[in-house]
Order: sequence, then C-alpha cells, then structure tokens
Amino acid sequence: MQTSTSILEAAGIGQRFGALVVLDGVNFTVGAGEAVGVVGPNGAGKTTLLNILAGSLRPTSGTVQFLGADVTKLRSDRRCRLGIARTFQVPRPFGGMTVFENVLVATGRGRAGYERSVEVLELSGLVELANRRADNLGLMHRKRLELARALATDPQVLLLDEIGGGLTDAEAAELVHTIKVVQGRNVAIVWIEHIVHVLMQVIDRLVCFDAGRVIADGEPETVIGDAAVIDAYLGGNRS
Amino acid sequence: MSEEQPMTHYRVQRWSVPAYVANGGFALLVLALVFVPSVFGTFLTQQLTSLLILVILAAMWNALAGFGGLVSVGQQAYIGLGAYGTIYLTQHGVAPYPAMILAALAAGVIALPTSLLLLRLRGGQFAIGAWVVAEVFALLVALDQSLGGGTGISLAALNVYSPDRRQAYTYWLALGCAAVLLAVGYLMLRTRLGASLQAIRDDEEAAAAVGIRVMSAKRILYIFAAIGCGAAGSLTLANTLFIQTQAVFDVQWSAYMIFMVLVGGLGTLEGPIVGAVVFFLIQNKFADYGAWYLVGLGATAIVFALFLPRGLWGTMEMRFDIRLLPVGYYLRRRKRAS
Repeated sequence: MQTSTSILEAAGIGQRFGALVVLDGVNFTVGAGEAVGVVGPNGAGKTTLLNILAGSLRPTSGTVQFLGADVTKLRSDRRCRLGIARTFQVPRPFGGMTVFENVLVATGRGRAGYERSVEVLELSGLVELANRRADNLGLMHRKRLELARALATDPQVLLLDEIGGGLTDAEAAELVHTIKVVQGRNVAIVWIEHIVHVLMQVIDRLVCFDAGRVIADGEPETVIGDAAVIDAYLGGNRS
Repeated sequence: MSEEQPMTHYRVQRWSVPAYVANGGFALLVLALVFVPSVFGTFLTQQLTSLLILVILAAMWNALAGFGGLVSVGQQAYIGLGAYGTIYLTQHGVAPYPAMILAALAAGVIALPTSLLLLRLRGGQFAIGAWVVAEVFALLVALDQSLGGGTGISLAALNVYSPDRRQAYTYWLALGCAAVLLAVGYLMLRTRLGASLQAIRDDEEAAAAVGIRVMSAKRILYIFAAIGCGAAGSLTLANTLFIQTQAVFDVQWSAYMIFMVLVGGLGTLEGPIVGAVVFFLIQNKFADYGAWYLVGLGATAIVFALFLPRGLWGTMEMRFDIRLLPVGYYLRRRKRAS
C-alpha cells in the first residue's frame, strides 16, 4: 500500500481485448471514506476499470489490492463479501423478485438482515414499493434499487457506474442526497458520471480518463480546469 | 445502522391463512393417497404411480429452470442412471426397494463431478451440454453387456413379490419420494439458498455482485434435481419392470418435463403438479392416436406459450393473487400499537 489511508488500490492495470487496448498502465487509488469521481469520454475505459475493481473482469496485467491484500484473482462475489459493492450502468434488478427480496438477498435473512433491508429501502426511498416486483419499476426506481442493493451488502467501497444517467435534475438531486448520507458513514465512493455538476456536489477528488489512460487526477476544481481534460472530454465530443 | 429500530414499524410476512390451509390440505392429500392400493385395484395404482413419477419430474425441471435459471434438456441422464443403477445394485445383492433409493442418491453423487464441467456453461450451451452428457451416459451403459447392452433388461429382483404387492410397494415408494422431494424442494426454496437461486435465475452477474456464491448454489440445485430424476428413473423401472437404454435416456423425457412445466406454470411450485395432471390426462386419452398425439402435445405447448405464457397456475396466481406454497418475503407495516 502506498499510504496508510488507501483502502482500494489498482496498480499498473492493463486491459486488452484482442488487439484493442482498453486500459494501459492505469494506477488508481481510493482512500478510506474518500469520494472519487471518474470522468472521461465514452470508450475511455471507465466502466472497464470499475469491472476490474469489482472483480467481474480479470485484468490482462496489474494488481488490485483491497485493505492491503491482493484481490486481483478474487471473483466479484468474494470481493463483495470483503466489502466492495457496485452498481451497474444499465440497472440489473432481479426482475422476478420483489424490491424487498432484491435487497434481502444482499443482506441475508434474520432480524439483522431484515433491519438492514428496511433501513436501506428507507434510505433509498423505496420502502413504499417493497412488495412490488422489480421488473415493474421505472428507470428512477431501478436506479434507486441498484443503489439500495449495493448498500445492502454493507460495503466499505461503493462503485457507482453512471447512477445518475438518464435522470431528471430533481431525481438526480435525490440520489445525491442518498449518496451523501452514505458518504457520511465513511463509505469510500468511486463514481463514474457524465453529469459533472452532480458529481461535483459529492466528490473529494476527480480522475479523468482518455483512451485508456489517466490524464488528470486531483482536486475536482483543478482537474475540471485542466486544459487536457477540457480538450479530451468537456470540450470535445467523440462519442 | 440508524438509531431507530426499523423493525418496530415493519414486520416480514412469509405465511398466510390460505397458505396454511393449503399446506395442511397437501399433507392430508398425501395421507389419503397412502390408502389407494388398499381401496383401488392394481391398474389404478399403477396409473397413479405413473402420475406421481410425472409430478416428480415436473417438479425437478421446474426447480432447475423456474428457480435456478438452469434450462436443461438433459435430465434424462439421471432418469437413466436411476433406472440402471437399480439394476446394477440388485445384480450385486441389494434388495430391490433399497436399491431404488440408493440408485437415486448415486445419481446425485454422479451429478457432482458432472456439475463441475456442465455448470461452467450457460444458457443454450448448458441445455445442449446437458443433453450431450445424457447421450454419453447412455452409450456407457449400452456398452455394458451385464446391463443388457442396448437390448434392454428387466428388474428380475421384483419377481419375489406378487404383482399386487409389488405394485403397492412401488406406489408407496413413489408417493414417499414425491412427498419428500417436493417438501425438500419447497423448504429449500424458502431458505436463503432459495432467494439466492432466484437472484441467479434473474441475473447471474448481478447475483455475484451482491456476494452470492453462484456456483455452489447452482451445484446444490443441480444435485438435488439429479437425485429427484434418479428416483423417477428407478420408479419408472419398477413400474414397467423393463427398460432399454434408448428409451430411458431418451430426450423425449425432457420434452415431457418442459411441456408439464410450461402448461402448469414455470417458477411456481403448484404449477408443475397441475401440469403433470394435465399431461397425464392427455397421455391417457390420446396416446392411442400415435403421431397425432405428439402433434397435439406440440400444438398445446405452442398455444400455451403464445396465449398463456404463465401457464395454468401462473395465470391463476396472477389473477387472484394467491400463493398456496409461498416462498417469498413480504414487508408489512405494523399496525400502530395504541
């Protein structure tokens, strides 16, 4: 580990699919309780990095450390039980189950599990829909369920993949409120998001990707003002 | 965790009055069915044995596909192993009825190494892979001349009983197997494993992302279904007394299972029982029509797939919001005390 406060650390990550290089020598750290924003144009490798951090993708090269232990070879279910939770860009609810059951499979049963499930549903504003089948939910509620289900696993690091995408400003604001509560409980957050002004309300640090590399990493305001970032992302439109 | 205890305002409901009544009703039905051989003749007893075997098969296929997302066209692998395992064990001095139970359990044991290979596959690949496994088992059995080779073999060990006794014993074993397997399946789906399996069915990657041990959950289900199908195989042997590798390892079994589950209602516990009864009635009424019977089965399946995709029970459940064998969790707000 580089510093005593870093809890999740990816070093020298390379990812190629055949001839296509998606990530190239990426170093990425998250401190305990830190909220890190990730921006970059489509195809820059943001979701790929998140998949590698969550364990659903094994990188071609590089290592992932969590709480000082090498977790590069651990699959996503193991990593989740260690404390790394994630949401999916396109929500993936368990459609045949109710909202309550969706979070319950993540918390486990019994009194403690029930309590945590209810608490997470209340926090995400879903408790009134607890007995609704998840495949009957609209986008807003699916996004909230993604978040609720990830929180139900009691994570130390929460990986969010465009959780605000496709939402109205008011809807996104509610989500920000929930995420801030989570942040207040000292859960570290990695948040990929295109809607920068939403992101800026939460994050402590901003990382910008372009073409598989980190091109800026630091204070959110500084990174936003960086000429390379403006060129790669905010000014340009490559998608 | 919040300072306030959430469960002071909510409670989790898993049972309902209709469900209690239905569970009691099922127990009484099983009890009543015990007396069938003493009240009715050997013919009807044999017929009901066939029905019970169909119920077991439908329940197993439904558990795999409807609750675990494992759509298989290869469960005949374990039907065949159950039947031939019984033959093998009786040839080696085991009494026939204990041999039938042991053969079913042996099918489960064989399912363990098979699952290591097969469960790596998903979706259509798994379905076809399971069929390939069944064909391999059939070939291996056919190679063994002591098991009759490809020409078939009869369960000679049952000849020590009179036909009436034999049919009654087979029926009771079928009833016992059906009751135990359905009860175990039901209870299993009510545990944490059941919820995990449903999550895997709906989205395997998302299930892993919330910490579910996907492989071991699928493996337990697969072995359970193998034991059930093994029991169905050994019971089929005892009910007909003669088997051939081609018939007992026939993919047609899978077609029948799929038919019963689709007609009854995939992913409901009651549906496969309904489907088995429907299939049993159709089989008895129309089996003499030869090829037209199969055409009729196919047409019925298509009609159900198009117009009643939830099946008979699934549609009932939707319309009247009833769950006689509930496995879910309902969050209810507590009525305010004072």
